[in-house]
Amino acid sequence: MNIRGLGAALAVTACLLTACSSGGDGGDATSSKATEYTIWDPYPQFDDSSDWVKLLTKCGTDAGVTVKRTGYDTTDLTNKALLAAQQGNSPDVLIVDNPVVSTLAEAGVLTTTEDMKIDTTAVSPNLLAAGQQGGKTYGIPIGANTLALYYNKKVLDAAKVDPATIKDWASLTAALTKVKAAGKKGITFSAIGTEEGSFQFLPWFWGSGANLTQLDSAQGVAALTLWTDWLKNGYAPNSVLNNTQTTSWQEFAAGDFAFSENGTWQLANAKKTGFEYGIIPIPSQAGGTAPAPTGGEFVTAPVQSDTGKYPTTQKIVSCLTSADNALTTDTTLSYVAATDAVQQKQVAATPELKVWVEAVKAAKGRTSDDLGTKYPKISQPMWGAFQAALSGSKNPQQAMTDAQAAAGK
Amino acid sequence: MTSHVETLVRTRGSSRVRRARGQWAAWAFLAPVIIYLVAFYAYPLYRNLDLSLRHYTVRSFVQGDAPFSGVDNYKTVFSDPTFGPALLHTMVFTLVSIAFQFAIGLALAVFFTSHFKLSATLRALFLVPWLLPLIVSASTWSWMLNSDSGIVNYALSIFGVDQINWLTSPDWALTSVIIANIWIGIPFNLVILYSGLQGIPNDIYEAAALDGATGWQRFWRVTFPLLRPVSLITLLLGLVYTLKVFDLIWIMTKGGPTDASTTLATWSYRLSFGNLLPEFGPGAAVGNLLIIIALFFGLLYIRRQRRD
Repeated sequence: MNIRGLGAALAVTACLLTACSSGGDGGDATSSKATEYTIWDPYPQFDDSSDWVKLLTKCGTDAGVTVKRTGYDTTDLTNKALLAAQQGNSPDVLIVDNPVVSTLAEAGVLTTTEDMKIDTTAVSPNLLAAGQQGGKTYGIPIGANTLALYYNKKVLDAAKVDPATIKDWASLTAALTKVKAAGKKGITFSAIGTEEGSFQFLPWFWGSGANLTQLDSAQGVAALTLWTDWLKNGYAPNSVLNNTQTTSWQEFAAGDFAFSENGTWQLANAKKTGFEYGIIPIPSQAGGTAPAPTGGEFVTAPVQSDTGKYPTTQKIVSCLTSADNALTTDTTLSYVAATDAVQQKQVAATPELKVWVEAVKAAKGRTSDDLGTKYPKISQPMWGAFQAALSGSKNPQQAMTDAQAAAGK
Repeated sequence: MTSHVETLVRTRGSSRVRRARGQWAAWAFLAPVIIYLVAFYAYPLYRNLDLSLRHYTVRSFVQGDAPFSGVDNYKTVFSDPTFGPALLHTMVFTLVSIAFQFAIGLALAVFFTSHFKLSATLRALFLVPWLLPLIVSASTWSWMLNSDSGIVNYALSIFGVDQINWLTSPDWALTSVIIANIWIGIPFNLVILYSGLQGIPNDIYEAAALDGATGWQRFWRVTFPLLRPVSLITLLLGLVYTLKVFDLIWIMTKGGPTDASTTLATWSYRLSFGNLLPEFGPGAAVGNLLIIIALFFGLLYIRRQRRD
């Protein structure tokens, strides 16, 4: 290693040791000379030739700056964002999964929409709520997705079940009984012991009228009993305990299952299955559409030491979430738009999205109701509870009582 | 390393100026190694220790002002209901895995020392588990052990065995990940023990044979004792590898259902990264416990070696 190489190595080490702070003392609050703006998103599947990245570049050019974009795996992004904030080099725009917004806000990483002067009035309040904490809003949804029930028409016809009659839990279970009697399989979902499982359990939990602050209420136990009985009676396969939403979809796509609880993002795959499918909203216990949890990302603006960058950041964020661009983006991502106006345009263009738009309207953020960072502490015992009950190591009542005790700590 | 520097320095001329210059050169040669060790070993270890001794919230993680909390994180970990099962599972997982890996690996190694047709080809086939990326083998295992559509249950059903919920029953989950891990570990044991066997001189076997030793006696009286140093290092490396197995378990069961296959390694990961709200402090504490356990066995090995 020559002297120059050694010097570089030393510099890198020094940089590692001091956490390499690039933050300055804060700049002029009215203008900034920075011309390069960084954007992080959780869509690594899109490369530079995709519509999404082209949109990012265009929004940058319109604001008079160049955009440097990096796509991360969504599970990596939370820790990446926290580390970047620790080292003072947060991206200018961060697009992040909605339940993470409250965690990052709690960490003091994000600016509020009020500070950034971003207009959120057009956004549906139930979607915006996932990014709100203590009366402040920390981002703007780029679009939303949620869960509904896909059904296989052929299987239902063979079992003489009319999907239009499924309005509540009782009629759904009755349908599953008929499907099983006809020699087919009932329903697949994902009850895996991670956040993904909680996401899938929530429509039933909320659909019973239960509240996340009281896991062991009679309603909460009823929701878990519904799942447990399905497994006991053979309406759902034992593999749901280990299923991700993707593996659960693969089971459904094999063609034997009548129903699959899955999301908007499977629409493109649904067309490839080769059988006729349909979609109904997840019913609540007493009837009507159950509130399903919202998925989808928020566009946020992390705190910068150079506050002079904010006006340009604001332009980029507004550009990304403007009605026309949101329509393109949500179509690319197979999401439902976050505003009424764009939702109507989507339904006009693709009528089959209607059921999804309704589902999104009934949906609820996991961190809503001002739960914020309390949600992860409830979600983990909750997935522990359904894993315990479904695997038979506890009865639903006991499982939920223990979960509430752990969540309340 | 210092003595090396001194000799290097001493051989370089006698005048003071030249000695000083030589010393600088010596340090310059050493610098890359030191920088590498500090940046990639010492500093991360120090950070992990520091993480485990502070009370981190997401906010204080970012602001860098987490208060020093002493051994609070360790107390939290020890009093957690997951700790007991996780420790027990780690021990069972490690010991059972190693016992079977070693026994099967040794049996195969002895088997392959007798040269026969296709022995090289067969031996190469046994290396497959080692060559496959872990995500491939773990996913394949989890697919084979699927309760409803897995090939294992299908094969068992031919013999009239009822469906076994390999990955989703609290009684079977740990067994399943152990079976998969044994399969993955056999090639490693086979390769090292096989090369150990090559080091045992043939004359000893001949002498034993002349003395009328049976095959069984030859194994226990000759092979096994002479293979002891190699066996010890194989067991130790196996122990350290198995102690920290994380990916296999995470891919197959996520440590579930309800902690049934949670080990210290998967628990540490779940605390730090497996939740929307990371708990870095307790996560780092569990990680450090793992390091201490591995270090304990490492020291035990070194002491043992010195005594020999």
